[in-house]
Amino acid sequence: MAALTLRRKLAILSDAAKYDASCASSGSEKRNSAGTGGIGSTEGSGICHSYAPDGRCISLLKILLTNFCVYDCIYCVNRSSSNVTRARFSVEEVVKLTLDFYKRNYIEGLFLSSGVIRSPDYTMEELVRVARSLREDHQFAGYIHLKVIPNATPELLVEAGRWADRLSTNIEMPTDVGLEQLAPEKKPSEIRTAMANVRGKLDEAGPDKKARALKPKFAPAGQSTQMIVGADAADDGAILNRAAGLYSGYKLRRVYYSAFSPIPDSSSRLPLKAPPLMREHRLYQADWLIRFYGFDVPEIVSGGEDGLLDLSIDPKLAWALKSRQRFPVDVNRADKEMLLRVPGLGTRSVERIISTRRHHRLRLSDVATIAGTIDKVRPFIEAADWTPGGLTDDSKLRARLTPQPEQLSLF
Amino acid sequence: MQVVRLTAPNDFAEWRGHARRLLAAGISPNQVDWRMLGDAGGLLDDVDAIALPPVDRPVGSVPRQFLDMAQQAICHADPARFSVLYKLLWALQSNNQMLGDATLDANSLLTKWTSAVRRDSHKMKAFVRFKSILDDSGLERYAAWFEPDHYTLEMTAPFFARRFDGMMWAIITPYRSAYWYGESLAFGPGGQKSDVPQDDAVEDDWKTYFASIFNPARLKVSMMKSEMPVKYWKNLPEAELIAPLIRNARQMESEMIERVASLPPSRHLRQQERLPEPLGTQEITTLADARTAVQDCRRCRLCEHATQAVFGEGPEHADVMFVGEQPGDQEDLAGKPFIGPAGQVLNKAVEKVGIDRSRVYVTNAVKHFKFEPRGKRRIHQSPDGGEVQACKFWLNLEQDLVRPKVIVALGATAATSLLGKTATISKLRGAPIALSNGTTLFVTNHPSYLLRIPDAEGKAREQAKFEADLILVRDAIDVLRTQH
Repeated sequence: MAALTLRRKLAILSDAAKYDASCASSGSEKRNSAGTGGIGSTEGSGICHSYAPDGRCISLLKILLTNFCVYDCIYCVNRSSSNVTRARFSVEEVVKLTLDFYKRNYIEGLFLSSGVIRSPDYTMEELVRVARSLREDHQFAGYIHLKVIPNATPELLVEAGRWADRLSTNIEMPTDVGLEQLAPEKKPSEIRTAMANVRGKLDEAGPDKKARALKPKFAPAGQSTQMIVGADAADDGAILNRAAGLYSGYKLRRVYYSAFSPIPDSSSRLPLKAPPLMREHRLYQADWLIRFYGFDVPEIVSGGEDGLLDLSIDPKLAWALKSRQRFPVDVNRADKEMLLRVPGLGTRSVERIISTRRHHRLRLSDVATIAGTIDKVRPFIEAADWTPGGLTDDSKLRARLTPQPEQLSLF
Repeated sequence: MQVVRLTAPNDFAEWRGHARRLLAAGISPNQVDWRMLGDAGGLLDDVDAIALPPVDRPVGSVPRQFLDMAQQAICHADPARFSVLYKLLWALQSNNQMLGDATLDANSLLTKWTSAVRRDSHKMKAFVRFKSILDDSGLERYAAWFEPDHYTLEMTAPFFARRFDGMMWAIITPYRSAYWYGESLAFGPGGQKSDVPQDDAVEDDWKTYFASIFNPARLKVSMMKSEMPVKYWKNLPEAELIAPLIRNARQMESEMIERVASLPPSRHLRQQERLPEPLGTQEITTLADARTAVQDCRRCRLCEHATQAVFGEGPEHADVMFVGEQPGDQEDLAGKPFIGPAGQVLNKAVEKVGIDRSRVYVTNAVKHFKFEPRGKRRIHQSPDGGEVQACKFWLNLEQDLVRPKVIVALGATAATSLLGKTATISKLRGAPIALSNGTTLFVTNHPSYLLRIPDAEGKAREQAKFEADLILVRDAIDVLRTQH
């Protein structure tokens, strides 16, 4: 077999990495290269350096060290029974690519994952070597995200956390039954134990900045995970319950939802159809509402039917339409918690409403100015010059607020 | 009419100098005409504000928020920015709370400008593409051409200096250029696209990456265009791939869907042969076997959200087995029983009454943590009868394998599990109970009960009762030991 060129390897190993949804480069410590003669910085907010036509941000060089893998997870493009072309980078090749891309301002840093080869320790050690070389040999201060390989030794985890900004372990499936069906060699308890171990190290690193300054660094951007949506039979209630359980247990910064998307040389046991992108979008909205708007999982799920979110309207509107007894809300008097539950009002709009009503009572047009839109808001609020009357309980309200599919033109 | 002529399009200090003079002289906003130097002149009777005496100290006060926003807004390309800022400054002198009213036109304009400027600066950080140049001495330099919508190079260049300390670089824009030679930032005049090299050796790798990381099954062109507007594409090397990638996406997707799965490669078959036999089918004869097998337990639903099963710990033939309710948050994370606050209460009491801790086996009636997620915390929930019953299998196994002389049920859940019927602590504590397998059972409170008592007096009373129960246990162990 002829040796693969570096460019061919790059094509194979980035193609193999694209099913990992996370590309975040935010939320790490503030750090830069000033005065070091090196390169790299992280300043809190992430930067998306490009966008692919799939609408996804390209922030990091997201690649696998190798797509050889001992596991045969049905949903995975790199499963051992697949005939995709296999490749493997050397540590030096990944380091050079990262630096070359970074110096041209193409990326914020590296997202390095890998198929599991030989053993968890061997694989994890290879990932750690890349990160160590970037930090130690090249004074690289950019962002590094490393995959945690379940069952690797604690020493390797500690070292990974020392070099990396973020660590992640994918829960893969929303339910343990789903995982057993599609990834029979993976054990849910081992995946969750890996996350628990990361949480343990994050706790040791200290709850606040002061405490952290005195201890060895450990993954300042925390940990995240991903689950695949639509490859098994789990409904949205199960998915969101899983997410809530993970957020509560492992100090996760993010749970990523990845609509299952057809893969090359796919197993016939999988749904071979376009990825459920709208479902994925609604799950992200629901996740956001649960984390920042004070909703809980049962409330969100109650907006849909049979454990599935409403695909045609957003989950907050769906909940509001089924909880009309709680509306209308008086924008001049309601507390922040209730304002956040009004469809069409985001956290920024709510802040502006609260700050503006210290100056004068808000009229409907003021709310429109602040929210940028009023159609969705109007039926659910009262303002100085507005009361929705029967609009709130109108049986046609849902139909009226459901976005119409775009009218197609004749051709 | 006062005419102010500014030399720089985005110099906040310069604008502030003029604004202070005007404010000190009491000149109202509609009396001022703000212009850039070189703009066409105004009416003949205009008076240059330069004639006013210079003021280099504060002449009024403004909220901090105004200063922050004005420094950004002044970089906006709208020619009205200087006068609107002065209008706001003027109005703030009589009402310094006015920025809080989001419905005022001037405020929404200020908000709009600052967010446009921040976005423009952010996009510069994102979309600058350096090209590498090797000079004759072999030194590598980097140069980029960028076209911002607003005057944002000066505010953004320090970001590049912090990020690319070890590189020599230049960013050229139509209105100004920035240079870094490793020690300080320098600014020069604007330039043009031909001032930087057109090619770079790494660009083809970058394009390869861009094409490969794209998932054709998720085409969402509008999303891409809203985050990476078309106006930037002409200076992005990867942008030339966008049209062909979109064109071929449908075909690539349907090919993936239609292609029938191939037969697995021989490497896969070899790997499958090497896999270990799954555990659990074989008979469990040791504690170590049980410890492995319990991780696959699906006898109830609690395994779904707990991290792992937490099996008992202690010597294989311990004198005494303490049985709690279920692992808590910390036990669940670490995989060890009684390491949290309740475990510490138990250890202290055990030590105090003189039970040899090294001869104690600790475990729980239920092996998985049951909780209710609440934000970033997990709230303990008591296991129900079905869960206790399901887990009895493992507790029985532990009893059979450890064969303790004495078992202590900590709390009602453990007592119920061990007795097979609903148990009340207050009725059962204080006297040994003979179990059918010949073991002696004592019943007492769960140590977490002691932690929950709010008043010190009640706590001390219950602590004493708890220790009294443990003394009974200690004495029973001593008696049983002398009998053997």
